[in-house]
Amino acid sequence: MAINYVYPDYEVVRNYDRCISCRACERQCSNEVHSFIEEENKVISDDADCVNCHRCVSLCPTRALKIVKTDHTFKANASWSAKNINEIYKQADTGGVLLSSMGNPNEFPIYWDKILLNASQVTNPSIDPLREPMETRVYLGAKSQDVKRDKDGKIIPEMTPQLKLDLPVMFSAMSYGSISYNAHESLARASKELGIFYNTGEGGLHEDFYVYGPNTIVQVASGRFGVHRQYLDAAAAVEIKMGQGAKPGIGGHLPGAKIGEDVSRTRMIPMGADAISPAPHHDIYSIEDLRQLVFSLKEATAYKKPVIVKIAAVHNVAAIASGIARSGADIISIDGFRGGTGAAPTRIRDNVGIPIELALAAVDTRLRDEGIRDRVSVIAAGSVRNAADVVKAIALGADAVYIGTAALLALGCHLCRTCNIGKCNWGIATQVPELVKRLNPDVGYKRLVNLMTAWKHEIEEMMGGMGINSIESLKGNRLMLRGVGLNEKELEILGIKHAGESA
Amino acid sequence: MGATLSAIKLGYQPLNDAVRANTGEIVINDAFGERFIAASATADKTLVINGTPGNALGCYLDGAKITVNGNAQDAVGDTMNDGEIIVHGRAGDALGYAMRGGVIYVHGDSGYRTGIHMKEYKEKRPTIVVGGESGSFLGEYMAGGLLIVLGLNSGNRAPVGRYTGTGMHGGRMFLRCETPPDDLPPQVVCRKATAEDVATIAVHIRRFAELFGENAQTLLAGTYFILTPNASNPYKQMYVAN
Repeated sequence: MAINYVYPDYEVVRNYDRCISCRACERQCSNEVHSFIEEENKVISDDADCVNCHRCVSLCPTRALKIVKTDHTFKANASWSAKNINEIYKQADTGGVLLSSMGNPNEFPIYWDKILLNASQVTNPSIDPLREPMETRVYLGAKSQDVKRDKDGKIIPEMTPQLKLDLPVMFSAMSYGSISYNAHESLARASKELGIFYNTGEGGLHEDFYVYGPNTIVQVASGRFGVHRQYLDAAAAVEIKMGQGAKPGIGGHLPGAKIGEDVSRTRMIPMGADAISPAPHHDIYSIEDLRQLVFSLKEATAYKKPVIVKIAAVHNVAAIASGIARSGADIISIDGFRGGTGAAPTRIRDNVGIPIELALAAVDTRLRDEGIRDRVSVIAAGSVRNAADVVKAIALGADAVYIGTAALLALGCHLCRTCNIGKCNWGIATQVPELVKRLNPDVGYKRLVNLMTAWKHEIEEMMGGMGINSIESLKGNRLMLRGVGLNEKELEILGIKHAGESA
Repeated sequence: MGATLSAIKLGYQPLNDAVRANTGEIVINDAFGERFIAASATADKTLVINGTPGNALGCYLDGAKITVNGNAQDAVGDTMNDGEIIVHGRAGDALGYAMRGGVIYVHGDSGYRTGIHMKEYKEKRPTIVVGGESGSFLGEYMAGGLLIVLGLNSGNRAPVGRYTGTGMHGGRMFLRCETPPDDLPPQVVCRKATAEDVATIAVHIRRFAELFGENAQTLLAGTYFILTPNASNPYKQMYVAN
């Protein structure tokens, strides 16, 4: 037998004084960590298969289990960390490209945490959101540039299509295939109740979810899976996926093994066939080509729906966004380098792209400087973790944000970052029927509604504290922000002053 | 119910509004590069276009029939789901991108990236027949359906450019020629088509000949090479969970 060089990351600690050998852990774990020894009436665990998802811990009736990070260690070495060493072992074993899930976990600056919000004192008093009306509604889409009048001088009320959001937060693109039917149902129902939108990702729209069309953004990606007339007609908006924050410049490959009957029907490809979304759209090589796809979608939907173009935050994001604004797109969605994914090559996820905070500020500044900011709305995404991040994103210039990871956490995700193996014990990133049914959409949708309702209250309180009663007045209002511990260049790009500097 | 429209007078947006508003036979005269004609049009429309329609003709087409008396430009039948497009001339780049159903006949040549991302699903099996030659990247990332290139004026030469079938993982390609392309990628297997193979595409060859006044018997008697994905070398990269 070959030597296994990789020592397990986690240890399953079982308190045998508490364990009643009920075997709940054994039944709950799709990774088959726990097993029962009949003769000894004893449950044991194999740490090697544990992904630290806490399913067994949460379901243990006597709290007999906990998962700890192993203290087994290599000789300390700042350059050759255990992570670096183990990755070498894995690749030397298999010759494989390292594959990871969810967003970049490495220690890069998180600018949200280095930005502080303002509050009113004495003059321009703060507003009590419990007593005063607070407006969190936003409209996404190109805003009319000039007033048109007919020959009698009457205004022609010509509005470009807009998405109406009761809260400037939407659920970001996650395909059916990467996440389960029950996860999609939870997102769709919550969007309807909250007056916001969820996004199908590039895996098509399941026939059962057409009823949620008015709260659905459908995606058109390079592989065009599940894209057809009714799909476009059903949606409130159409999003062209050019890139994704977790894997800029990289396409997707859903292996044939994950294409079961239902996913096959939704993607409109045969069962068991590979679903390959190449990195580029092979018909888009310029802004003019993008414009053609934007307008082909507008023509196909009779100019009734906004078209969103989603890109990853990369080095030249501001110039790219300027091009997109001129392509006729109504909304630009920018996905930062911490954005999640069902699967991405580790090296890409951890090394490509830039932080959303810097990208967002750079894009907003560029579009303002060029006098075209009103031509498009801007959505920021890529690790928006709480209501304060939302408020900071809006003040940096976003019209709204997309959340993905936060929404999955609300559904029970424990961020174990093994979506790619398809055995999610929480019924989210899996297509295995016994696992999918663990996520009850009646509960899941309610948890999403709870989360968004809580964020809405917090957003109102922060706005009230700043003396602002409408989210539109917060948009791009960078005077409400101050940096802490940031250098001159970072402050310049963010367009904010350092804490302690007055306006 | 039916209409005769002048493309050059209307411009593309009003022209497409008029196409959307009408059913039955719609004749478009003086086409001069107007884009997106018949986007997502359904089976209640039949279009005859005289002149040269612009890019993305019949994108997302869903059952309508389009005849072009002239050349077509880029992105004809992009993401087409159903219907028929007949081009009595040549077609530009990215013909039938990600096409899922229906059929496209082009009498002359087609440009780069013909039939890339073509796919099939259950009863939906898209078909493209090109009478002349196709440019480079024919059938790139092809996942299903049928691509036929007849090389009417190519002599013995393979009627394609470079990089045919790169990333192909489904579907079938037929090339009418005496020698196959010399740069086929490892994802593709190529063999001389048997009489039974050719019989499976005879219906499309006869229709092509009937549409464009060619001789079906002569075309069917030619040598064909059939290209399919290489099952022993699937398009995949070996990954290790991290």
